Amino acid sequence: MPVEPKVKEPPERERSVDDAASARHNGKLTPSERNQRRAQAKVAGQVVQTAGAGRRDRLFPYALIAPASVMELLIHIIPMALGVYIAFLGLNQFTIGNWLQAPFVGLENFVTGLDPDGPIGSQFYAALLRTVVYTLISVGAAWALGMFAAVLLTSKVKGRGFLRTLFLTPYALPQYVGAIAWAFMFNQRDGVINRILVQDLGILDEGPFWLLGGNAFWVTVVVTVWQFWPFAFLMLLAALQNIPDDVYEAAALDGASLWKQFTTITLPMIRQANVVMLLILSLWIFNQFNIPYVLFGPASPPEATLISPLIYEQSFNYWNFGVGGAMSVLLLVALVIASAFYIKLVMPKGKALHD
Amino acid sequence: MATTDRLAARGGTVRRVTTLPLAVLAAGTLAACGSSPAEDVDTENISGSITYWASNQGDSVTEDEQVLSETIERFTEETGVEVELEVIPWNDLQNRILTAVSSGDGPDVLNIGNTWAASMQATGAFLEWEGEVLEAIGGEERFIGSSWATGGAEGETPTSVPLYALSYSLYYNTEIFEENGIEEPPGTWEEFVDVAQELTQDTDDDGSIDQWGFTLAGASISNNAHAAFIRGLQHGGELYDEDGEPDFTNDAVVAGVEEWVQLMGEDGVVSPSDAELVNGAESVEQVASGQAAMVFDQAPGNVFSNRDFDGYAAAEMPMLDVDATGLEATQSHVAGINISVFENSDNIDAAVAFVAHMTSDEELTYLNQEFTALPVVSDLYEDEAFQSEEIQLKQQILEDHAQPMPLYPSESQMETVVGTAIRDLLADVAQGGEVTEDDVREALATAESQM
Repeated sequence: MPVEPKVKEPPERERSVDDAASARHNGKLTPSERNQRRAQAKVAGQVVQTAGAGRRDRLFPYALIAPASVMELLIHIIPMALGVYIAFLGLNQFTIGNWLQAPFVGLENFVTGLDPDGPIGSQFYAALLRTVVYTLISVGAAWALGMFAAVLLTSKVKGRGFLRTLFLTPYALPQYVGAIAWAFMFNQRDGVINRILVQDLGILDEGPFWLLGGNAFWVTVVVTVWQFWPFAFLMLLAALQNIPDDVYEAAALDGASLWKQFTTITLPMIRQANVVMLLILSLWIFNQFNIPYVLFGPASPPEATLISPLIYEQSFNYWNFGVGGAMSVLLLVALVIASAFYIKLVMPKGKALHD
Repeated sequence: MATTDRLAARGGTVRRVTTLPLAVLAAGTLAACGSSPAEDVDTENISGSITYWASNQGDSVTEDEQVLSETIERFTEETGVEVELEVIPWNDLQNRILTAVSSGDGPDVLNIGNTWAASMQATGAFLEWEGEVLEAIGGEERFIGSSWATGGAEGETPTSVPLYALSYSLYYNTEIFEENGIEEPPGTWEEFVDVAQELTQDTDDDGSIDQWGFTLAGASISNNAHAAFIRGLQHGGELYDEDGEPDFTNDAVVAGVEEWVQLMGEDGVVSPSDAELVNGAESVEQVASGQAAMVFDQAPGNVFSNRDFDGYAAAEMPMLDVDATGLEATQSHVAGINISVFENSDNIDAAVAFVAHMTSDEELTYLNQEFTALPVVSDLYEDEAFQSEEIQLKQQILEDHAQPMPLYPSESQMETVVGTAIRDLLADVAQGGEVTEDDVREALATAESQM
């Protein structure tokens, strides 16, 4: 296939359009310009003549992304659609073997799973609220830690390279490995945390339970922050390095305090990286499943049950796949709405991204 | 580059998790599992390979792999069929099976806890043992009646075949008993609690108890469910009513569960730390290390021997009254492991042949000895390999003091909701809370409403 003309044509076409635009802008045309335009018109005519090849050009990008789209469809869109579908099925151990033939039960799963007075629905709303609180605290703490470390390591401190590597360790470890280590540490009988608190420091007389009851919630927060703050750190560090030093120098000359520099220079200049990072982090943490699963096993303590583990419990511990599906659908809708609002209100618009 | 890959990988994990139940099910689009009984099998001319999922019976997955690979080698030598073995820990086994059932893409042969048999049968994904298939394993008569009965719901063709038989019994640290001048294991529940209280001691006088009378795995869902079943029956009440409906809040079950929870509460014979123990082996270790004197377990032999600990003895489980009969004399459920063939298998012949091999007299002798379990076929009872005191005791418990767990399709959910409720009650007690009869009843009522 003749590749060369294809590659060359588009820039020409673009240029001619650009020139025409600038000409329009100028208003009046000098005779020489008029000649030039005529020549351009000729070129444009040639472009029109080769429109057949142009259509192929236009299809080419689609061909490039087609494989990815097919995979996206297979891996995300179809399972998601099926998930919505099973939310309307009576899916349990009787029907799971041939689940496409499971009976259609309409909104029954939504009623069971989402009725605030029912045994399952009440758990759902409690878990939803708990997950929101957990996400806010964890994202806030991960962001604050990441920001602090990033600002610190942008300035020329000694051992900067070493510290950067060190800070990224939790992120480099597989999630499971990290969480298992934490589970050992928080063990009541012989975990290192209680050892330090009771035997070494003598702050407490008796080792409290960390993985049972109310403390379990805070343990989940601690492990989550530990696991996710390096991501915030990494993204913010990259963003901070794009801020030219002379801005700070000028501000310092004008007598701006470090805090003032942080709020008026640093934050606004990394705003774009910040808002994107916060969105991703919130979604990851809101949907967190691995950490509670490794810490508490298939069923989290009631005081620390988050929404993803609850859906898992309903589906796989109680075999209520339909109810699990109904909860997933509600969660999906809630996250899509929240993300849409966030993107609309907070995210920089397309234009600003090119600044 | 590495970072972006990582990010993508993480994003993938998280998204996969949100849609976990969905994605897993989605994998099943291609699975069309019709329920046609495969009556004709030819176990003579077999070839190819099969996959086998084994449950974790020994102290570790590696140990099980060693034991089973010997059996598999003999099978491969005889038939030429390769067997790909995977030993799956208990925590994951049920999920793995469910995923296999929903996707239609599973192993050819697999182990199940026999209490799940009716639940698994209800999925319709497993081969029914009748006709030629049943003949291939030597017929129903070879097997002990109580074990064979665990193969599925009453009155339906079984979808699993017994492999190992087990029962609960009381194991105690003989050294601790001797030191305290206790000559006999307790017979009644009252004596049991008394002995346990006597043995709960601060042996080094540092102000904190370091030897507990009894130990239990408070966070083990299935152990808790078994306890509810056994203790409930001893009080004369079952977990299901006559119509097969869940009935967790009858007085007998409540009383039985309360007794279990109060071992850590009012009786104070169980360390609060036990509320965090996830599996039975961890509580068996407490007995081996001398941190606890007694434990109820099905097969602690491997854990003990791996620790070179032989200062233990087995006894009957305590009952409310030593002369109890019928349901009140229950000491254990008919525990055990069954083996099933996945109906979707594309090598059913070899799969059935493998089950026949596993349940042959020779292999059952070998396997049950390795896993300190009881044989499931009558002929082996006379075998000298099974004449030890412990095995004899278990045999007697299975014969006279064991009831099958309820054989209803919702049995596995029942285990989960009841076991979880008890776990949470024990967690409350461990954190210093007081649990009353009303709390127990309420927790069980909540569990029942989730069925």
